[in-house]
Amino acid sequence: MGFNESRRCSVWLKRMPAPIRLRELIRTIRTARTQAEEREMIQKECAAIRSSFREEDNTYRCRNVAKLLYMHMLGYPAHFGQLECLKLIASQKFTDKRIGYLGAMLLLDERQDVHLLMTNCIKNDLNHSTQYVQGLALCTLGCMGSSEMCRDLAGEVEKLLKTSNSYLRKKAALCAVHVIRKVPELMEMFLPATKNLLNEKNHGVLHTSVVLLTEMCERSPDMLAHFRKLVPQLVRILKNLIMSGYSPEHDVSGISDPFLQVRILRLLRILGRNDDDSSEAMNDILAQVATNTETSKNVGNAILYETVLTIMDIKSESGLRVLAINILGRFLLNNDKNIRYVALTSLLKTVQTDHNAVQRHRSTIVDCLKDLDVSIKRRAMELSFALVNGNNVRGMMKELLYFLDSCEPEFKADCASGIFLAAEKYAPSKRWHIDTIMRVLTTAGSYVRDDAVPNLIQLITNSVEMHAYTVQRLYKAILGDYSQQPLVQVASWCIGEYGDLLVSGQCEEEEPIQVTEDEVLDILESVLISNMSASVTRGYALTAIMKLSTRFTCTVNRIKKVVSIYGSSIDVELQQRAVEYNALFKKYDHMRPALLERMPVMEKVTTNGPAEIVQTNGETEPAVLETKPPPSGLQPANQANDLLDLLGGSDITPVIPTAPTNKPAAAGGELLDLLGDLNLTGIPSITAYNKNGLKIDFTFERSNTNPSVTVITIQASNSTELDMTDFVFQAAVPKTFQLQLLSPSSSVIPAFNSGTITQVIKVLNPQKQQLRMRIKLTYNHKGSAMQDLAEVNNFPPQSWQ
Amino acid sequence: MINAILVFNNHGKPRLVRFYQHLAEEVQQQIIRDTFHLVLKRDDHICNFLECGSLFGGSDYKLIYRHYATLYFVFCVDSSESELGILDLIQVFVETLDKCFENVCELDLIFHMDKVHHILQEMVIGGMVLETNMNEIVAQVEAQGKLEKAEGGLSAAPSRAVSAVKNINLPEIPRNINIGDINIKVPNLSQFM
Repeated sequence: MGFNESRRCSVWLKRMPAPIRLRELIRTIRTARTQAEEREMIQKECAAIRSSFREEDNTYRCRNVAKLLYMHMLGYPAHFGQLECLKLIASQKFTDKRIGYLGAMLLLDERQDVHLLMTNCIKNDLNHSTQYVQGLALCTLGCMGSSEMCRDLAGEVEKLLKTSNSYLRKKAALCAVHVIRKVPELMEMFLPATKNLLNEKNHGVLHTSVVLLTEMCERSPDMLAHFRKLVPQLVRILKNLIMSGYSPEHDVSGISDPFLQVRILRLLRILGRNDDDSSEAMNDILAQVATNTETSKNVGNAILYETVLTIMDIKSESGLRVLAINILGRFLLNNDKNIRYVALTSLLKTVQTDHNAVQRHRSTIVDCLKDLDVSIKRRAMELSFALVNGNNVRGMMKELLYFLDSCEPEFKADCASGIFLAAEKYAPSKRWHIDTIMRVLTTAGSYVRDDAVPNLIQLITNSVEMHAYTVQRLYKAILGDYSQQPLVQVASWCIGEYGDLLVSGQCEEEEPIQVTEDEVLDILESVLISNMSASVTRGYALTAIMKLSTRFTCTVNRIKKVVSIYGSSIDVELQQRAVEYNALFKKYDHMRPALLERMPVMEKVTTNGPAEIVQTNGETEPAVLETKPPPSGLQPANQANDLLDLLGGSDITPVIPTAPTNKPAAAGGELLDLLGDLNLTGIPSITAYNKNGLKIDFTFERSNTNPSVTVITIQASNSTELDMTDFVFQAAVPKTFQLQLLSPSSSVIPAFNSGTITQVIKVLNPQKQQLRMRIKLTYNHKGSAMQDLAEVNNFPPQSWQ
Repeated sequence: MINAILVFNNHGKPRLVRFYQHLAEEVQQQIIRDTFHLVLKRDDHICNFLECGSLFGGSDYKLIYRHYATLYFVFCVDSSESELGILDLIQVFVETLDKCFENVCELDLIFHMDKVHHILQEMVIGGMVLETNMNEIVAQVEAQGKLEKAEGGLSAAPSRAVSAVKNINLPEIPRNINIGDINIKVPNLSQFM
């Protein structure tokens, strides 16, 4: 040992041990038994790699980056290797470049500025003498080139697009696609190079050229028009592929280059769309492919499928379209589930345009509902709904209801909604419709969507002759099981509305059941008490019970008791309702019958929203959310029509008298409250009504704060010798107005003009139109019920101008 | 366009991960996990297509997968690709791997992850299909493999160079070796002597 050797030793000692090879690392990591162990190993190796990078040693950089990429795949951070990738790319060795470029593609993206450093390397490599290096550069640019890089290097790519080297040409074509995607303005630049792309013999080049042409046509209508002239050439290429016989290089399962055929078919689709000439030019070849393709293997089916899609999309003749749909129909019977799936998908797309042709395959489609495959079932369900029409609705519904019964929960909501929609459109009879709804509610009651409940209620209201039948069936349905909320909600509502029909046993459609008032109340109370009932459902039940107080005769006391119990319920909503219903019993008993009357037939406004004909302005009873108090009258529908007729058919909104609030204001008190913002400018008062001893005067005030508001105070007096009791005043105005009726001072007009009833009406008249009003008066006098309608037209101009 | 190509085994361990759009690392790993769970649930008699819009934030995307022994090959594509065509492409990919590795098995993919990437690169660029002819792909992969071998390969660089040099008279070693259009710069090996 001399000085030299000791120096050698120290040189040796300074160097770290060589970084382990990739294989070794992988082997080591695989021995880890837990995630924690693996993490530890990886961290150790990362530290080693980091130090190795710091040494700037060219020899090991390659294997270090390879290891880094492996660890990155497993999910560990590898960003500290980004710069190293760039150094590898700059190296002269092919091995280095290869790993470097791979690393760049996996670890880098255009969000890091670092990537721009690659531009120069790529530029040099695009002109490298080795084609594989050029290939690497094209590949990387085509994967992750940013817009700046693409702009800088587009020229090089365009040059390579014209080379005779097919290996490079095909890569250049895909690189060009990426460039166009990043910088669309550069598309023009590649146009000349596309001139003889299709003359190539090499299938790889042909394939990528078609991809490039497809991209250009999809992006620019001008390009699309320009490339239409290629249709004959494409048709020729396709023909050669089909007719050429066995060619071992391109054969896949007996078919010549199926991938290229599919690509060309797709491009033909884009070129033939909306263009008669192009479509005609391809008719023959499409028919040929459709009839000659071997379908025993997947490749043949892929081509057939693409052909069908093309036929359906271009302006093909009807014979061809029928052929296409029949092919799809055959696909449906194929054993291969993938084929069935794509067939259903395409039929779904074509059912709008070629409805009749698809109808022919209805039975096969319905059979697919029983398939084991979830994806296929979903497609079949969507398609079945699209195929329902007036002729087949009974049969289809039977199948769909059976499907609803047995399908997975993820389908039930959509299926139920679909059935409701279809039933609404095509129901052959009301009875059938109600039965179908019942069936859905009982089979999938908990999956029905929330917005279906008001729709169903509206539907039931409209089928007047079926009320007894409906309520009976609903009652029977929830007797056994009241856990399905939508079902219980609809049932409660109906029982509340039509409970009288239920106990009177009036059903015509089927055997009427014997049920007593108490039994009905039993079931409603069970719903109220049950833990399974949602808050909304409880609300329905309570309101239903309340409504029965006017329909039932023997059990009013029981109802009163139930209502008063819930006055102290923890549920705020229930409590409020109960308290207000209590008040209805106590202080406003005279209004109860009118308020709780049978709902009128609701007109449909939208298909989805709950029906709303009765617009309530001002204070409606907050508790009565679902049932809006009807306008008065025993035949509400007729009355509404009368009111409408009187005003010459113009739209008016009948106004509901306000529900009793908890503190009914005294007449004087009301006026005093209003004095604050009133403008007492002496508008003359009028006599609105004077008949049979009943006189009603209107006095007017305009609001200071809001010039569109007029406040009318009515005074009703009685000049006969007997009191008028249960007096109710109602008013209606044209639609451009809004009306608010506050509480009356009382409901009794004493005889001999010894007292009056006062009530305040606020009118909002934003369009300053002439005020008109129709009024309706009901009261009891001399032992009989009196009712009258009148129109008030003599409003002074100062009251509304 | 192909959005992503994933290969993982029956336990969800990734064997090949290639995304053709940029996603953060955590997102990538999440997608791998979610895809694995989605695909694991599928029985064998169910079709090979899955809608997966929620994974990638677009409703257009589908997962097309094939199960070979212990490995799942999953391609995530948008509507511009033919579903049946992609199924065929997966088959071509697997057959190509088989040719390149001679009866490929999972271990081959584990220990030669970089080679698998290189093979894939000859088939798909930027999410678009480049070449579907198996023989063509294999030929190109082998040619590049030869290039690498001549340079000493990924891991063998220093040791092969050392053993080669040991047998030759040092002063006669050229600085550059040129074979055809391949340039190899001979590293400075004096410290090994």
